[in-house]
Amino acid sequence: MSTRLSSGGRLLDRSRAVDFTFNGKRLRGFEGDTLASALLANNQTLVGRSFKYHRPRGIVASGAEEPNALVNLSQGGRFEPNQRTTTTELFQGLAATSQNHWPSLEFDVGVLNNYVSRLLPAGFYYKTFMAPRAAWKHVFEPIIRHSAGLGKAPRDRDADRYEHFNVHVDVLIVGGGVAGLQAARAVGAAGASVLLVEQTAHWGGRAPVDGAEIDGKPAVDWINSAVQDLESMDNVRLRRRCMGAGVYDHGYALAYERIADHIPGNDQPRHRLWRIRARQIVTATGAIERPLSFAGNDIPGVMLASAVRDYLTNWGVSPGDRTVVVTNNDDAYRTAIALKEAGLDVPVILDARPEATGALPDRARAIGIRVASGRGVATVKGGRIVTGVTVCAQAGEGAPLEQIDCDAVAMSGGWSPVVHLWSHCAGKLNWDPANAHFRPDPYRAPTNQSGEGFVKTAGIASGAMSTAEVMEDADAAGKAAAKAAGFTAKRTAAPKGNSEVEQPMAPVWVMPQGAGIRKRMKMWLDYQNDVKVSDVQLAAREGFESVEHAKRYTTLGMATDQGKLSNINGLAVLSQSLNADIPQVGTTTFRPPYTPISMGSIGGEARGALFQPVRQTPIHDWHSANGAYFEPVGQWRRPYCYQRTGESVEQAVHREVKNARQAIGVLDASTLGKIIVKGPDAGKFLDMLYTNMMSNLAIGKCRYGLMCSENGFLIDDGVVARLDDDTWLCHTTTGGAERIHGWMEDWLQCEWWDWQVYTANVTEQFAQIAVVGPNARKLLEKLGGMDVSKPTLPFMQWADGTIGGFDARVFRISFSGELSFEIAVPAEQGAAFWDALVAAGEEFGLMPYGTECLHVLRAEKGFIMIGDETDGTIIPHDLGLGWAISKKKADYLGKRAQERSHMTDSARWKLVGLETLDGSVIPDGAYAVGVGQNANGQRNTIGRVTSSYFSPTLGRGIAMGLVEHGPDRIGETIDFPTIDGTGTVIKAKIVDPVFYDKAGEKQDV
Amino acid sequence: MSETLSVPGQASTADRVTVSQSGPRGMISVRCDLGGSKLAAAMSKLAGVDIPEPGGINLKGPNGLAWMSPDELLVLGSYENAVTDAETLRKALHGTHHLVANVSDARAVFRLEGALVREVLAKLTPADVSPAGFGPGQIRRSRLAQVAGAFWMPDATTAEVVCFRSVGVYMLELLTNAARPGAEVRFF
Repeated sequence: MSTRLSSGGRLLDRSRAVDFTFNGKRLRGFEGDTLASALLANNQTLVGRSFKYHRPRGIVASGAEEPNALVNLSQGGRFEPNQRTTTTELFQGLAATSQNHWPSLEFDVGVLNNYVSRLLPAGFYYKTFMAPRAAWKHVFEPIIRHSAGLGKAPRDRDADRYEHFNVHVDVLIVGGGVAGLQAARAVGAAGASVLLVEQTAHWGGRAPVDGAEIDGKPAVDWINSAVQDLESMDNVRLRRRCMGAGVYDHGYALAYERIADHIPGNDQPRHRLWRIRARQIVTATGAIERPLSFAGNDIPGVMLASAVRDYLTNWGVSPGDRTVVVTNNDDAYRTAIALKEAGLDVPVILDARPEATGALPDRARAIGIRVASGRGVATVKGGRIVTGVTVCAQAGEGAPLEQIDCDAVAMSGGWSPVVHLWSHCAGKLNWDPANAHFRPDPYRAPTNQSGEGFVKTAGIASGAMSTAEVMEDADAAGKAAAKAAGFTAKRTAAPKGNSEVEQPMAPVWVMPQGAGIRKRMKMWLDYQNDVKVSDVQLAAREGFESVEHAKRYTTLGMATDQGKLSNINGLAVLSQSLNADIPQVGTTTFRPPYTPISMGSIGGEARGALFQPVRQTPIHDWHSANGAYFEPVGQWRRPYCYQRTGESVEQAVHREVKNARQAIGVLDASTLGKIIVKGPDAGKFLDMLYTNMMSNLAIGKCRYGLMCSENGFLIDDGVVARLDDDTWLCHTTTGGAERIHGWMEDWLQCEWWDWQVYTANVTEQFAQIAVVGPNARKLLEKLGGMDVSKPTLPFMQWADGTIGGFDARVFRISFSGELSFEIAVPAEQGAAFWDALVAAGEEFGLMPYGTECLHVLRAEKGFIMIGDETDGTIIPHDLGLGWAISKKKADYLGKRAQERSHMTDSARWKLVGLETLDGSVIPDGAYAVGVGQNANGQRNTIGRVTSSYFSPTLGRGIAMGLVEHGPDRIGETIDFPTIDGTGTVIKAKIVDPVFYDKAGEKQDV
Repeated sequence: MSETLSVPGQASTADRVTVSQSGPRGMISVRCDLGGSKLAAAMSKLAGVDIPEPGGINLKGPNGLAWMSPDELLVLGSYENAVTDAETLRKALHGTHHLVANVSDARAVFRLEGALVREVLAKLTPADVSPAGFGPGQIRRSRLAQVAGAFWMPDATTAEVVCFRSVGVYMLELLTNAARPGAEVRFF
């Protein structure tokens, strides 16, 4: 059983006990514990169930690579699934529950899968659930989803806050082990700005546990002085609990700081996502120990040798009284020695190599540990916990030689450099046969905008395997990064690392090497996804030769740990099955983030009121206070209508429409785009942008214009006013203001850069209010200040002046068909001007109206709306707007495209009005059906509705639509089947799209 | 139980960055050849400062000139004078290709004060706001969270932020949230 030792644990503060719960059971740890170490200290060796077979799972590792010990953490607004116990710092009141079991961790029904596991090989789902097709959705998928799956989804709103932080540094160093610290010292000494991030709460990485010496001092002492050294440098910043998550193009990197995970509820942001722009990045990300593939290697109590050493040294936890060590390298001997020195029993070290010589094996023997070379584990005994191992010859097929009782197994299959961050941005790897791992190829680094490498690796992340090599490599990496960032490195010697000389390791991918299928079916490669040696071999036999395909077929290396432990072992097994070399098989692609980061950190401050910016007009507060029912228009909020007490939205719209037609309405039109275009070539420029002529517009006049893309399709419309000899003011749609301004600048900067034209987007400089209806002029005359009579200010003209004391520019334009003035005043005065209009307009029956009323008014008049009648596939000719296309101009944007055969096809659907025979409203977007069927067996369509409203003016439904040969079919009736399931067909007559005041007399008064 | 835990934050009132919205400011957008002699003379008279270098802003009391692009300046001054100042500039630039637009009403202006002012900016903008990359005399046209914004530092512990008026409410909330105590990084 695992337990807390009476002494030891360099990271613990034993004077401060911390209470926590696991599955409701009250347990106690110490400050400095991780949840994993605290669970082990309480003999909680069973921590979860596996994904597929629901096998018992225990803690296998001690860091970010842990695949098994994932828990649901906390409750309510702080609940989060899939939290790794090995990287969760213990805090008072922590509450964790285990995952993936039903009904309980100890008794799990899903474990039945385990007994039929022979029926659930790789690709089982693909092979079994193919047919019938409908069964997948309704039968198979719900069952699989119930039985498989990790943590629960949170239910409550996140209680915490998050933020981003943008920094620019010369050199980012990822990893605060001895390599990262030394690299930072070298860069810092050169004077470059440095950010050093470390994912854990402690500096120094593994060196203190491994007993390394640096510059003649114990590693801990060197680490302390290095940190002090760095803290004293003005140009160096250190962050703990901050994981380098991803490396991206051009020296961009993300780091994930867990500020308050260990101190929840203290009002600090929980996570901070660092968005780092670095000239150079040094990854000192260390290495991960590989498991060994022997039968039963997933039984709780089987752990990585390094993890056993970590729990012992860092947290004073013994994983078991009797620990068998099984290894193919010297490093695991350190674990055996540490256990022995802590007074625990190590019955044997099973070394798969034919010989175990050298300093570490000798030392192990000297303190009385039995070393059995050429031996391996035939099988692990036990169910929910290890009870013993059967020993065999590594070279054989697994015939039992000996039984050894034990309650823990420490395994080591060698070390793999953490190459993830190096690889994120396409850094390449080389296979190192001596150490049986991939390591970064410094000559094929990720490259920046100049084609130069911007990532360097330091220490064991480079493949430097001894402390001495690590320190030299890290120092050189730091100096090289400083130089590449434009600084001169100090000519100082690297610190001298010292550790035992190690003998070569021997690659062991299957233990014993001749194991039969029964054993291989119990050799786990991927603990989280239940992928075994036999599964990968099956995938290879079934033709999944590419490592990427084999990964997806078997699920090897998927899920939350992304194969940190299984990657190399899996592809080694695959390559053996394919009879190919490992480098030929290659690796799967490493993608950011290194370990999962919270959704909250990605969103940063963008939640609640800050989720999305909402644009408000100068009159927004009045709208809010006067019953406005808002709708989003782009990022603006505009009143859809103004509801009065007891009134429905529909009733409000009808009232507003009638009132605008019969009395007077006002509309906040401030959101419409307003772009000034000025210069000697402005007329020529606008003639190219609009389909009609703008250069010949007289000063003081307005003209409606259409804009097309170079593909000929309508992209925007609006009224253009000529302000003076070389200045035009272009109105755009609400959503088009920024887009069209950008479109103009694009042409001016990239294509017609020699044209003398300047543009300015002055949309928000003005509040613009439409005063609409038969009484509109009366209201303006009452306010006074300028002559707005028809002779002085006729339809489609504008004038500057004052109205009611406000500086105003008045446009006689109408999108409603009524007598209409659009009045622009400086935005600061917008609210006051609106108030003045509303107050003075009372006697004329003034009511404000919203966007839906605007839509109804324009639809009654047959005016098109960009985004309703257009959808990116519509040309002006489709909408009967041929009159707005200049025949005189040699060219305009879209002209040539509109001459293509498909654009001139007479069968293009064209705009018409639609009147239902029963007066009802056709659903927006409804399709008209013709005779026959298309190639897919669907009914042929001959048209569709683009706008559809109830017209309060006419007392019936009206619609606009695009219909094949529509304008030639006026008077015909066509069918619009409904999709509400009733089978009803709405019959509509094709009519002229202008339903109201065809002659345009009402607007021109 | 974990919900009720509280550990004292690191905030001290001395570090607090205060955020306030300023009243309207005179802002005139001028597009023209920035090397022109007419421009330099007019600006010297109007704002009392030289044409700024790229990325620069020259301030003198309430007046100033900010570099916006290779052919665009922003003239800062009093709101009340903006209309006449714009007219003055149009006259001064008469005969050259130019565009002068009063944009005073189109903007919202904010003032941030406190020793950690750079941090508040760094939480929202990708621009380099380290002392090495940015300081008094410079302006950045960039992004603050999800909206466009420009900012400059009148002095080492003050920043002014300008955005479009329609997102002024968002910006005030955004800056106030970024300046909320308990999230000090102490990076710069």
